[in-house]
Amino acid sequence: MSGCHDCDNCPAASGPSFHPNSPAPHVVALVGPPNSGKSTLFNRLTGLRQKVANFPGVTVEHHVGRAKTTGTREVVLVDLPGVYSLNPRSEDEQVTRDVLAGGMDGVPKPDSILLILDCTNLARHLVLAAPILALKLPTLIILNMADDLASRGGEVDTAALASQLGAPVALVSAAKGDGVEKVLQFIEGTAQGHGAALKSPLIQLPVLQDVPKCRQWAGQVGAGAAYKAPEPPLWTRRLDSVFLHPVAGVAVFIVVIVAVFQTIFTGAKPLMDGLQNLVQTSGVWMLKAVPDSILMSLLVNGIWKGVGSVIVFLPQILLLFLFIGFLEDSGYLARAALIADRTMAKFGLQGKSFIPLLSAYACAVPAIMSTRTIENKRDRLATIMIAPFMTCSARLPVYTLIIAAFIKERPLLGPFLGTQAGAMLGLYVLGFVAAIVTARLLKSSVLKSEKTAFVLEMPPYRMPTWRSLGLRLYDRAKIFLRRAGTVILAVAIVLWVLLNLPLHNGKPPAITDSYAGAIGHSIEPVIKPLGFNWKIGIGLISSIAAREVIVGTLGTIYGMESSEHPEGLQHSLQSEMTQGGAIALLIFFAFAMQCMSTIAVVRRETGGWRWPAIQFSYMTFLAYAGGFVTNQLVHSGIM
Amino acid sequence: MSFKKPRATRKLPATLAELREGENGILERIDLPSDVAQRLMELGFLPGAQITRALSAPGGDPRVFRVDGSEIALRRETASRLILRANGVPGILADIS
Repeated sequence: MSGCHDCDNCPAASGPSFHPNSPAPHVVALVGPPNSGKSTLFNRLTGLRQKVANFPGVTVEHHVGRAKTTGTREVVLVDLPGVYSLNPRSEDEQVTRDVLAGGMDGVPKPDSILLILDCTNLARHLVLAAPILALKLPTLIILNMADDLASRGGEVDTAALASQLGAPVALVSAAKGDGVEKVLQFIEGTAQGHGAALKSPLIQLPVLQDVPKCRQWAGQVGAGAAYKAPEPPLWTRRLDSVFLHPVAGVAVFIVVIVAVFQTIFTGAKPLMDGLQNLVQTSGVWMLKAVPDSILMSLLVNGIWKGVGSVIVFLPQILLLFLFIGFLEDSGYLARAALIADRTMAKFGLQGKSFIPLLSAYACAVPAIMSTRTIENKRDRLATIMIAPFMTCSARLPVYTLIIAAFIKERPLLGPFLGTQAGAMLGLYVLGFVAAIVTARLLKSSVLKSEKTAFVLEMPPYRMPTWRSLGLRLYDRAKIFLRRAGTVILAVAIVLWVLLNLPLHNGKPPAITDSYAGAIGHSIEPVIKPLGFNWKIGIGLISSIAAREVIVGTLGTIYGMESSEHPEGLQHSLQSEMTQGGAIALLIFFAFAMQCMSTIAVVRRETGGWRWPAIQFSYMTFLAYAGGFVTNQLVHSGIM
Repeated sequence: MSFKKPRATRKLPATLAELREGENGILERIDLPSDVAQRLMELGFLPGAQITRALSAPGGDPRVFRVDGSEIALRRETASRLILRANGVPGILADIS
């Protein structure tokens, strides 16, 4: 509330006791078609004062934020999903309709509406104005992308449009910030109660279900406002002639994908190493600074190491999202989906599955959330089911450790590829093959779908703004750190307790006598055929929380500070595991769904335990069978 | 409204799938289930609208179509269910956008 002029009346400053009847917040809904720049405007109006929320019972995500208003009454903005109409066919449209009608639990009925339209394509976007104006709520019609309209020679008479529609109209460029003050004025005005009541539109609203009539109405309104459509977007046409070129387009596509991978693996490495060092040195420093005690051991060996091993992945995940954010905001992502569609169709999927699967190489959780753009329910479900097979960054620490310890480095393809890098690449391929085979299986059986139309809008290319990229990363970092601070933290504590109890003569027991040891011993018969001993067993159980946890667990179990002496942990693994067991462990991790966060997000996105249960059983079965076969093959000397 | 006919011998394109790059036609009707048809109509594929075939993905499928001021990609199998007007006369909506 930095811009607050009237501190005596400010509820935030004076507290609720001075205002027992302090007014309920004024709720404003943001509605608009996809690609109208709705989220950009929302970010302008709220800045960091926003959060992601899910409507109860549905998977549609939305943002809620407080507007940067100077008035006394708090204004809450609700960013609704992008829709073309309010005819409820998709979940997005149903949610938008329910919220606007005040029929959504947990979301108060909006007091006013901001309708955001792309004025470079006004006639088509105005179609949505008909059902919105029919709601009779105070509404501001926002013509976004005003800068584009002007630069491409388009025109619109906003005053005439306002009288045509019977509602105020503001010409805005959300990306540049032009005209945003008019939006704030409207919000503040309606919050104070002198909201502009809607007048009847000059041309009577059409029957809302009749799309051709609505479009005709929109055309007439546009003509009444002297709307002159802009010239075609020249730059978009030029760029498309390269990006969708039969040869150059494919080359650009491949370069983009390689660049994404190169960045998240090579580019992120110094950052990750730096973070790793920070966690380590601070841990060592803490151990030195405070006398040895049980509490200190919990704090450093349990919590700091456990949580730290996960935080290390933050740079990698943020870099991936920076990339995806840039591709999405610039408009290239739609072209990538178009190019990938035919290949994806061979596996029973579609172009829109491509981006989630690409993101899954960093982390399956955001990948599964991004499947929301796939309208076809069965395609979406199939994408969710195969996303955890993609080699996420949490598998890397496990792969790196085992490969370094058990695969002897030899040249494989001359100087270009050694056996260790080859093994890593092989594991990536293995995950990918498992994913597409599973997709094929699902799409030819339980998720077989009628051939539905693949409809993909190609937005014009736009330069992404740092502001919106920054807000995305901020969102992602918050979600990721929250996970590290809850799930991973809890596992670290539980594991530490299990490893340090029951006390023997007031001292922590040897690991084999601890509760964790007992658990490991009890599952040993089951995992022995895979070549795993009871210590690996403890690691496997702890890694159900998150895959990378096994590295920390094994480090603790083998009595080594794995992070300080990585070669030490490698050495003890070499003396304790057979070659067969080690390679079986790699195969196990390639297939197994060792990740609580993924299970949780699949449950949320599919609306029940059924799909995550099927997925977990299927992947664990594959992992066990794969590990078993590998171990037997290596033992009998075939591999 | 001129209707380009690149070769005199070629029959008029009967569906969207038969349009060549840069060619255009007038939509007559959509031969698809009503929910898909409704979605396409909201995107501008209305009877009487003028549709221009733009670029495509490598291999020619899916293809991008210019309709009502925006570009929409459709797979070939979907495009072949959008029937074009035989005489190529623009409808009421053709000149709005």
